[in-house]
Amino acid sequence: MAVRGAGRVRSEVLSKKLYCASSTPPPHARHFADNQCQSMESFFTRFKNVLVLVAILLAQTIGLAVQVRRPVESGAPDSSKVTLIRYWAVSVVSPFERFFHGIGYTFRHGWSNYVDLRHTRQENHDLQDQIARLRLEQASFAEDAMQGHRLQAMLDFQQHYVSTTVAAQVIGTSGNDLSRVIYIDKGSKDGLKTDQAVITPDGIVGKIRDVFPHTSQVLLINDQTSGAGVLLATTRIRAILRGSTTGQILINNLTPDNRIKPGEQVLSSGGDQVYPRGLAVGTIESIKIDPDHQPYTLIQLRPAANLNQLEEVLVITGTQTTLSAQAQKDLAAGVTTAEAQAAAKQIADQQAAEAAARSAAQIVADRLPSIHEGEDEAKPGTAAPPATTPPVSVVPKPLPTIHSDRYSPGATPSASDLKPGAAEPPNEKDLN
Amino acid sequence: MATRSFTSRRELEQHSFPPAVALLVPLGAILLQALLPRPFPRLAILDLPLIVTVFFAVSRRNPVAGTLTGAAIGLLQDALTAQPIGVNGMAKSVIGYIAASIGIQIDVENLTTRILINFGFFLMNSFLLFLINRRLLGLTNFHIYWGHELIRAAINTAVALPIFFLLDNAKRRE
Repeated sequence: MAVRGAGRVRSEVLSKKLYCASSTPPPHARHFADNQCQSMESFFTRFKNVLVLVAILLAQTIGLAVQVRRPVESGAPDSSKVTLIRYWAVSVVSPFERFFHGIGYTFRHGWSNYVDLRHTRQENHDLQDQIARLRLEQASFAEDAMQGHRLQAMLDFQQHYVSTTVAAQVIGTSGNDLSRVIYIDKGSKDGLKTDQAVITPDGIVGKIRDVFPHTSQVLLINDQTSGAGVLLATTRIRAILRGSTTGQILINNLTPDNRIKPGEQVLSSGGDQVYPRGLAVGTIESIKIDPDHQPYTLIQLRPAANLNQLEEVLVITGTQTTLSAQAQKDLAAGVTTAEAQAAAKQIADQQAAEAAARSAAQIVADRLPSIHEGEDEAKPGTAAPPATTPPVSVVPKPLPTIHSDRYSPGATPSASDLKPGAAEPPNEKDLN
Repeated sequence: MATRSFTSRRELEQHSFPPAVALLVPLGAILLQALLPRPFPRLAILDLPLIVTVFFAVSRRNPVAGTLTGAAIGLLQDALTAQPIGVNGMAKSVIGYIAASIGIQIDVENLTTRILINFGFFLMNSFLLFLINRRLLGLTNFHIYWGHELIRAAINTAVALPIFFLLDNAKRRE
């Protein structure tokens, strides 16, 4: 080992001599040049480590300066050179991500579709009930929707509806909680482009930031560089949504307003040209004064989509100004259902009115004396006739009196039995 | 019989690693870091690439190697994020350099030392990221909650210890 060390020193001295001799200075300056060369070399040798660190940091700082533009555009895609570096990195990592995701997906798919089928029948029944309920709800909204479309057409208002989507699986993340990014298994080969909105049935998720042939990078709405135009559902106030370093989604461009309350739903406004109007964004969770930007408020939202556990997402690849054929069909079905409901309700109301009229007539008939009094008494043993449409003209027989007096039916003798000037016959009560 | 003589502590305990380990372990750490938070979102608090950077730096005890390892791991990590490439690269370069420099001076095989250096380097990483984002990139809305960073450092230190013991088996004395 010592011998090896001595050899290394010898070779270093030799290389130093060769290096210094290569400049071949004139004889009178050789001594000075030797000293200079040795001191320079000793400087580089002594500070080699620090110099390497400084060089690497400098190179990266220049790299940052080239990448970052001013003003900073939130979630803007990189330049082509940076994209190439990202493309290399994604090409290295994404095959492994796809592989492990595939294994996990196969296992979960097999388990949930073939093994874990308990309560499936009950769930199916519940879902059928839910569909029936939603159909009724859809019918109640359908007429308003149709009216809205008619008004929009009259005003020449351009509404954008989601026409085409691409379903994608989430295969990975950035692995860094300061950068909230996910990777999906669809890319430019599937028709995806940057700045397309990514959603779930629950609400918006983010937008596509970078597209590779078979993979795409999605910037989530809770990333600190994200932004979206939103609309408060009840108060119709427009605002700008931003992510934060802690992964919360915030609105911080509104001044205090008593109308804004926790629990209010927030929708996409469509003003950012990324997310179509009317998609669910989240619900207001808390409102407080922003300590950094007074007098503005800091409104914290609970996202509608579960951004921490995304499995499948939809990428909106196309919008159109009219409803899709399927949506129009659904709307028409809703209107038909609503009309059928209205007709059924009308018939039911009519029947109820008739029944009420019949019921009133019955009451009146029960309370008035009957003109067929003798008929019932003539047949004491016979059963009562069925209650089929009693004639309205029949006067009902009054109930027998408990304590009869001279005004009771039958207590007063017939006029033919009375004699003018004769005394009034005594009443039974008077006799008692 | 040849006599062995060592001129410094660095020469005494300098280790190298098989090329496969030196390449696959950082790649594996970056891959796991990208995969784990999807099924387990809370695991995003881990920083496996930093653990690997510190381990290789203190084991090799060569500041240049530590700097280069940190830069390579950090840059690859940056390439998977939406941040500008170089943020983690710069932070991990500095940490790789300092970890290797410390490794020359003190015994990094000791458990207590490992706990302290890991905890310290995780806090330093947070501070460097704060400086780079806030001062170099000018992101005025970039905030760091130091309570959260302390918890992160403690959790990562707890995870780093078994990883260090596991990777100790791959060491090869030069």
